[in-house]
Parts: sequence; structure tokens; C-alpha cells
Amino acid sequence: MINATTIRIATRALRRNTLRTMLTMLGIIIGVSAVIAMVSIGQGARAQVEAQIASLGQNVILVMSGNVTRGGFRMGFGTAGTLTLEDYDAIRREVIGVNRASPEVRAFAQVAVGNQNLNTAILGVSADYLDLRSWPLRGGENFTGQDVRNANKVALIGKTTADTLFGDSDPVGQIIRVKNVPFTIVGLLGAKGMSMSGSDQDDTLLVPYSSAMKRLTGGTFLRSMTIQAATPELLDNLKEQISDLLRQRHRIGADRDDDFIVRTQQEITDMATSTSKIMTILLGSIAGVSLLVGGIGIMNIMLVSVTERTREIGIRMAVGARGLDILLQFLIEAMTLSVAGGIIGIVLGVGGSRLVSSKLQWPTLISPESIIGAFVFSAIIGIFFGFYPARKAAQLDPIEALRYE
Amino acid sequence: MANHPVVKLENFGKVYVGSEVEVHAVRSVSLEIQAGEFVAIMGASGSGKSTMLNTLGCLDRPTSGKYYLDGVDVGTLGRDELADLRNEKIGFVFQGFNLLSRTSALENVELPMMYARPGMRNSEQRERALKALEQVGLDDRASHHPSQLSGGQQQRVAIARALVNQPALLLADEPTGNLDSSTSIEIMGIFQSLNQRGMTVVMVTHELDIARYTQRMVVMRDGRIMRDEQVTNRLTAAEELQKLRQEQQAVQLTT
Repeated sequence: MINATTIRIATRALRRNTLRTMLTMLGIIIGVSAVIAMVSIGQGARAQVEAQIASLGQNVILVMSGNVTRGGFRMGFGTAGTLTLEDYDAIRREVIGVNRASPEVRAFAQVAVGNQNLNTAILGVSADYLDLRSWPLRGGENFTGQDVRNANKVALIGKTTADTLFGDSDPVGQIIRVKNVPFTIVGLLGAKGMSMSGSDQDDTLLVPYSSAMKRLTGGTFLRSMTIQAATPELLDNLKEQISDLLRQRHRIGADRDDDFIVRTQQEITDMATSTSKIMTILLGSIAGVSLLVGGIGIMNIMLVSVTERTREIGIRMAVGARGLDILLQFLIEAMTLSVAGGIIGIVLGVGGSRLVSSKLQWPTLISPESIIGAFVFSAIIGIFFGFYPARKAAQLDPIEALRYE
Repeated sequence: MANHPVVKLENFGKVYVGSEVEVHAVRSVSLEIQAGEFVAIMGASGSGKSTMLNTLGCLDRPTSGKYYLDGVDVGTLGRDELADLRNEKIGFVFQGFNLLSRTSALENVELPMMYARPGMRNSEQRERALKALEQVGLDDRASHHPSQLSGGQQQRVAIARALVNQPALLLADEPTGNLDSSTSIEIMGIFQSLNQRGMTVVMVTHELDIARYTQRMVVMRDGRIMRDEQVTNRLTAAEELQKLRQEQQAVQLTT
């Protein structure tokens, strides 16, 4: 019964009142485009966070020093300096299922090449660090375990740092002075992009952790460690082993809190994406409310339309239209309204999120699910809000309807 | 046609239950109309003739008694079955034409076929609608909208619409009420020629001179049939039209 003719009748009825039709559709258009744009912004943010976390490496556990609370302020992680190189060695020795591991020591220092200098983050790590974080080399070679054991003065240079200090010339083999200590650059790192906290990971210099401790930071305190499990199934078990070992080594009683933090990658992902998840839900539901308001607009206008066309309904019934025929006629009309509004809304929503990503540089992600979802939802709105007016039309008494002026 | 009458009312009564009083619109009427008859139902307002028409047209069911349309007991049918019966067996012509505005004459005529069961192909609908328009002499106005047609032309479109599903009964409710005298005669002429070709026509009117174009007059008062008789001095539309034209010409000559 829904065929070309019934749809033609519906579109003709809608064309009769072009302005009214457009205004009614506007509610749905705004609702659908808002849902699409909001969800795409939310999902884009989430995808970006997930990509950043994936850049940490695979099957990775992070172990960080605990917080220090100083004067009521909680300082960032790693400030307490509770992790030491001995802890790292103990983990490597005693924890089963570790594939690769690296300690991290960090210092901010001035580095200089010739008369160029800049402040950058010096990261002391093990030779496994690049493999751990799937960080490719663009030139030269990684430093070796030998370099770490001997605390050799070798360094890998990040892309941003290299660009600033060396411009177009090849940095590999050159000397860079860190706090006036000359290091030989043995490798050029590939681009890694932004970290979760928004800092440029390519503005860095990687050196063996032994060298960093000996020549830059002094002491054997670590900022954090990155530990890679042999298989993803081992992650939780590994986390437990590490916690137990560290509590034991730090002599922490059963009733006291840890002075370190152990997080699996999954936990970090969950934490980081929960914010953008909440944002997506919040934005999406605000947009959903406007879609609902649009639906009520459709119901309102369909009720007016049924009243206006009472006589037409009477005529149709007199020549043999069943209640169902009339019901379908008005239902199709309402659906045509909402689906047409939905399609326009999808176009505007996609265009809007493109605009946001190009003008504001926000990451957006338009998923086919959100488009299909918006389309189906607008059709459902048409059916839902069109049903009551359509049923009212279908239940009219033909004699009364024919007499209606 | 089968041997049963097209319309058979047995002790038909209709009571409208209002908030305070019961209104007996029609009280125990029995009436038979055979196939091929041309009947006028007459009466003043409140005589029950509109109720008769609504019942004959299957828009309403009797509260007491029986109504058989073409052998079908209408009283036992539900809403949808009544709709189907209207679609198949009845053609309506109204006083106010009741065409869908902003819809062409052709599409107005196609309307009943849209609701026909089983459905019909679009090309067949078009063909039959054109044929019906041809029968009322309006095939050259098929694409016109009602607002572009005169009252008489609109009523002819309505007649074409009533004919298109080849009904057993053509019902007309004051079909000439909104028309001038010469157009009224033209419309009566169409009814007469349809009747001559075998169509059963029942017309409700309060005008005696319009009723004289029919074969049989049923006069109602206070919900009862007062008289039911053959029309003796029957008028023929063609003759009357000619007479009227001559009179009009005479007036124009003198003025």
C-alpha cells in the first residue's frame, strides 16, 4: 500500500504549504545535524586520545612514582621519587612474563650545537625503549645495551629538535652538547606526534638511562618504567606481580597505600576516553532533545493538517478509503517530512563537522553508524509523532467529515 | 443483474441518541428499488431524507430493521467492509461537488480506483478515468483543476468519479442545489442518459421540478414515507433545455 502513488500524494500535500513544511522540517534538520556534528566531534576527540595511547606501545604497563602532596597541592606523578633503578632491576629479575622493559629518567636541559641552543626534554631510557613504543628510526642506529652498561655519551635526536638545531643537514654522527657534556648523535627518530598531555614528543633527546643518571640528574631515582608483557593475557597478572614486588621492596604494610602507581594500557585508555565518552553522551543527548522537539513540531503540524483536511478525509472515505488507507496517508506524510528533514540534517551535520575540523583544527570522525542511526531515528520520529494525528484522521466519522466546513 | 432488488429496506429505523433526547430520524421504513430505476427521495429538511441517503450510501448503519444493498446485509458489516462496499457498489454525487482542490479532474476521477481491492495498475486507472470523463463530456478538461472549471463542469467531474468503479447504485444528494437552472437541466440530462443505459439512480432533492425528471418519487415527512408513486408528467432534459434556450432568446430579443 506504500507505493509511488501514496508517496506522490504525500509530497504534493507537503508542497502545498512550502513555508510550513520547511519550518516543520527545520526542527528535525537542526536536531539531526546537531546529533551528527556533536557525535563526530566527540568521537574524533576519542579517536585521537586512543591513537595517542596506542602510541605508548603494545601490551604495556606503566609504573610511576607516587604523588607528593606538598602544602595541600598534589604534585604530578613521578614527583615523589620512590622508584629507583634497583626496583627496575628487581622487576627484570623476578617478574615472569616480561618481554621488554625500560626505565625512564627525565631532565629538562639546554642542548647546544655550534652556536644554536634550545631547551628540550632529555629522556634516559634503555635500548628496548624504541621497540617498546614502536618508535621508528629515520636514520642512524639505536644505541646498544653496551652503551647503557658503559653509560656512553650517545643520543637519539627527536625530529623537532633535529629540525631546529640542524635544519636540513643530517644530524647523525654530529656532536650535541647537553649541559656542556658532548654526546654523539647516533640516530634520528621518526615523528611520533603529540602526547596525551599535548606536548610534542618529538622535541626530545633520548640517551641511555645510565648516562642520564650519571651526567644529568644524579642519583638513581626513576620517573617511571614501561614494561611490556609477552602476551596481552599476561597484563593483569604482570600488574599484580609488579605491585606485590614493589610493596615488598618499599616495605609497605597491608594497611597503607602504595607509593607508586601501576597502570595497564587498557586502564589508561579507559581513564582517558571516559571524559570524551561523557562529552559525546552529553552533546549527543542535548542534540537528541532538539530532535525530540522537532518531532513534537511534526505532530503539531500534522494535527493542524488533519483538521484542515477533514473534508478531504470525508471524500476519500466516501469513495471507499478504509481507516488504514487514511492512517497510512498521513503517516507517510509525517515520515516524508521527518525523513526529508533527516537527509538535509545529515548533509548539514556532515558539512558542519567538516567545517569545525578545518576551521578550528578539531579532530572529527563521522562514522557511518551515526549517519544511519540519525536517518533511522528521524524516520522513527516521523512514525511515532505522526501516528497520533494519523489515527485521529483514520477514526473520523465519514458523515461528520463530509459535513465539515 | 440478479433477481434481487438493488436496494431493499425492511422496517428501517434510525435513532440518534443525543445528550438529552433520542431523535427518531427515520421510523420503520420499508422500500425496494429495482435495478434500472431512477428515484427521487423528496422531503423538507428534518424529514429524514438525509439519514436515508447516508444509510443507502453505507456511510451509516440502521439502528433497527434491515438494509440489503445488492443482496448484501449492510447492518452486519464493520467499518472496513462498509468502506469496501462504498468503493465497489456506490457512486456519490454531492451538492457541493466535493472534489479535491489542487488535484486535476482526471486524478479526482481516479480517486475511487486508488482504494479498489484488488488494486489496479496506474495505466488502467488512467484509461478508465478518461473513459468516465468522456461519458460526461469532459475528456478535454482532464488536466484542469476544479478551480478552473465551472460549477456544472465540476459536478460532471464528480459524476464521472461516481461512475468510474461501475457501481450498482448512483446516489445524488441535491446534485443541482448549487447550480443555475440551465446547468441543472444539463446535469439531470446526464442522469437521465445514464439511467437509460441501465444505471440505478437515487437522488435526494427538495425541488419538485427537479424530481420530475425522475421516474419515481418517494416523499418523506417526519421519518416516514408519505407517498411513493410513479412520476406521471415526466420531463425530458433535452426538451426542457431547448425550451429554456428559446425563452432566453426571446427575452434577449425584447430587451
